[in-house]
Amino acid sequence: MTEPTESTNKVAPRKDSTSIVKKTLAKRYAAEKRFRFYGAAAIAMSLAFLVLLLGSILVKGLPAFVETHMLIDVTLDSKTLGVEEGATQQQLKAANYHSLIKKSMRGMFPEVKKRKAKKELYKLVSTSAEYKVRDQLMANPSQLGETISVWVLADDELSSFYKTGALADRSKLTHTRLSEQQIAWASTLEEQGKLRKKFNTTFFKNGDSREPEQAGIRAALMGSILTLLITFLLSFPIAVATAIYLEEFAPQNRWTDLIEVNINNLAAVPSIVFGLLGLAVFINFFELPRSAPVVGGIVLSLMTLPTIIIASRAALKAVPPSIREAGRGLGASQLQVVTHHVLPLAMPGILTGTIIGLAQALGETAPLLMIGMVAFIVDIPTSVTDAATVLPVQVFLWADSPERAFLEKTSAAILVLLVFLIVMNAAAVFLRKHFERRW
Amino acid sequence: MNTKSNTSAASDAFDNLKETVGVVTVDDPKMSARNVDVFYGEKQAIYDVSLDIANNEVIAMIGPSGCGKSTFLRCLNRMNDSIPTCRVTGEMSLDGEDLYGAGLDPVLLRARVGMVFQKPNPFAKSIYDNVAYGPRIHGLASNRAELDDIVISSLQKAGLHEEVQDRLDAPGTSLSGGQQQRLCIARTIAVSPEVILMDEPCSALDPIATARIEELIDELRENYAIAIVTHSMQQAARVSQRTAYFHLGKLVEVGSTNNIFTNPRHELTENYITGRFG
Ligand SMILES: Nc1ncnc2c1ncn2[C@@H]1O[C@H](COP(=O)(O)OP(=O)(O)OP(=O)(O)O)[C@@H](O)[C@H]1O
Ligand SMILES: [Mg+2]
Repeated sequence: MTEPTESTNKVAPRKDSTSIVKKTLAKRYAAEKRFRFYGAAAIAMSLAFLVLLLGSILVKGLPAFVETHMLIDVTLDSKTLGVEEGATQQQLKAANYHSLIKKSMRGMFPEVKKRKAKKELYKLVSTSAEYKVRDQLMANPSQLGETISVWVLADDELSSFYKTGALADRSKLTHTRLSEQQIAWASTLEEQGKLRKKFNTTFFKNGDSREPEQAGIRAALMGSILTLLITFLLSFPIAVATAIYLEEFAPQNRWTDLIEVNINNLAAVPSIVFGLLGLAVFINFFELPRSAPVVGGIVLSLMTLPTIIIASRAALKAVPPSIREAGRGLGASQLQVVTHHVLPLAMPGILTGTIIGLAQALGETAPLLMIGMVAFIVDIPTSVTDAATVLPVQVFLWADSPERAFLEKTSAAILVLLVFLIVMNAAAVFLRKHFERRW
Repeated sequence: MNTKSNTSAASDAFDNLKETVGVVTVDDPKMSARNVDVFYGEKQAIYDVSLDIANNEVIAMIGPSGCGKSTFLRCLNRMNDSIPTCRVTGEMSLDGEDLYGAGLDPVLLRARVGMVFQKPNPFAKSIYDNVAYGPRIHGLASNRAELDDIVISSLQKAGLHEEVQDRLDAPGTSLSGGQQQRLCIARTIAVSPEVILMDEPCSALDPIATARIEELIDELRENYAIAIVTHSMQQAARVSQRTAYFHLGKLVEVGSTNNIFTNPRHELTENYITGRFG
């Protein structure tokens, strides 16, 4: 390579090599410095976007965790309710609470006489007030005829207005559908101490509702949990078994190559295709119930399977072959080698893959739309065959609603989705730590 | 062929090699191989090797790198089964039972013919569980006390017990390299094999640990048949009673260790042990 010097056949260091290396050194360090800067810049940028995203969701979503209650005095008179003393629970349930609430609202502002004004007044209270009073009366039927004070939900428009502190400072909320008259009433209520903010438990107790103040995430959350449970129970064992078979048992031939290519391709199939498949096969052919977590879970596990299989195979491959040799050398059967030695070492990697797959499944909407999990679900699903929806679909539905209060609920639902994801990840980290062992 | 560049005489000697020099058989062999050829796909790695392994004796297998020592050793307990391209022809037997025939199950074979590998490879388990693993899967102990006995006596035989007796719950990987290798030997002994195969068991160890293991091999000889592959001729001379010299897949010479090292009969053997190539 180099010019022959006086002693060509002797192995001697080049005299000038130090200076040559020195010259290139500065360049090499500069390149490294540049690369580090690019890396740091990239991370800073992605962090900035993440903060921006989370920040905006938090700002928009946090108000949804506060709800406004209104104190009303209700006279449970049997005439308005249309029930007699000693009425059965059935009769109490069917009584006319609607008029009762209206009457109580009129009672608070006796000066309101006009029909239109009355209507506006009624709008300040949520329709759920009727149920609240009904439940209270049904629990204590002896209260019939008495006047009771109850905190009931305020209507969402009033709630949005009040929560932002716009009563004191109108500049805080420029857009409101409340009329001047309604705002004046609200101020009066506030002065009388009849309005208060509370942590929004309704949001976590209820299913979806047309009335924003009564709409909750519970149904979608349960739907997501049930769907993911099915997904996990189906995809995890099948995927791990597949990966183990392909990696540890199957002969290397054209068939296994073909299967491998197909699994990799499957991972790239758009998710909506799985939805179509689910609709055609599970609902139309096997006649499983529509909108049910069981079908959603099956469809999503089809989608997660390739992800988990690929990750599991990589994890199995990473286990050093010397461990397998040690096991076989002692006379362990192939299955014993795998279950006793290889699988425990591969478990952390397999769990990581599973979490990635499940996280994808959790955020998936398109295939679930195809199988009808986009329904308006009020009742909390309790089994995998009940009609249900899932968190991302709920986000999608609420984002489409015109009411201002649904806007904040959309963000709040996203927050719940994120928390769900974090909990899932934390569980995975915990399990991984549990399984992680050095070798 | 690296031999050609060394001495043309040696190369001729190799080309003319028809038969192994020395006596390959022993009386009452524990294991025996007859006319064994091993192929990796198209490539032949072992050519027509016949060799007996005797009871209560250590046989050392030496030879230049890539000459097929490991391949031959791994055939003796069918570890090569897991290499899809590997094909073995000829006859191999343990106590007269054909290894590759239908009669002997590979799992049972490996319980009877244990193996210690070049690199220590303890399981990701505690020291105790490493040793107890073999007896457990084979059901050699009927209760915990028996298992404890097996573990402790195996560790004692491997000369590791004193060092680890107060931390049997520590992971096997937390030991030093030499201790790990002795743990692997203890693990192998715990299954009570009849033959122990060792593939360069000391190549990753310092002289003290090596001496420790050599001592151990010498003690184990009383009860086992042992075959050891080594690159160290001193080691072969120290631990073995018979030595087999392999060269490019052929078994060149077999004889008592004494004779091989003091009076090699084949030119290739002489070249190797005098350090002219290898
Ligand atoms: N899995 C394999 N696939 C293909 N060829 C192999 C395989 N294992 C070994 N060989 C070939 O078989 C020949 C013998 O290899 P082997 O490992 O038995 O040598 P060795 O004598 O143990 O060498 P060393 O002393 O370096 O360990 C070599 O030429 C090697 O390339
Ligand atoms: Mg070798």
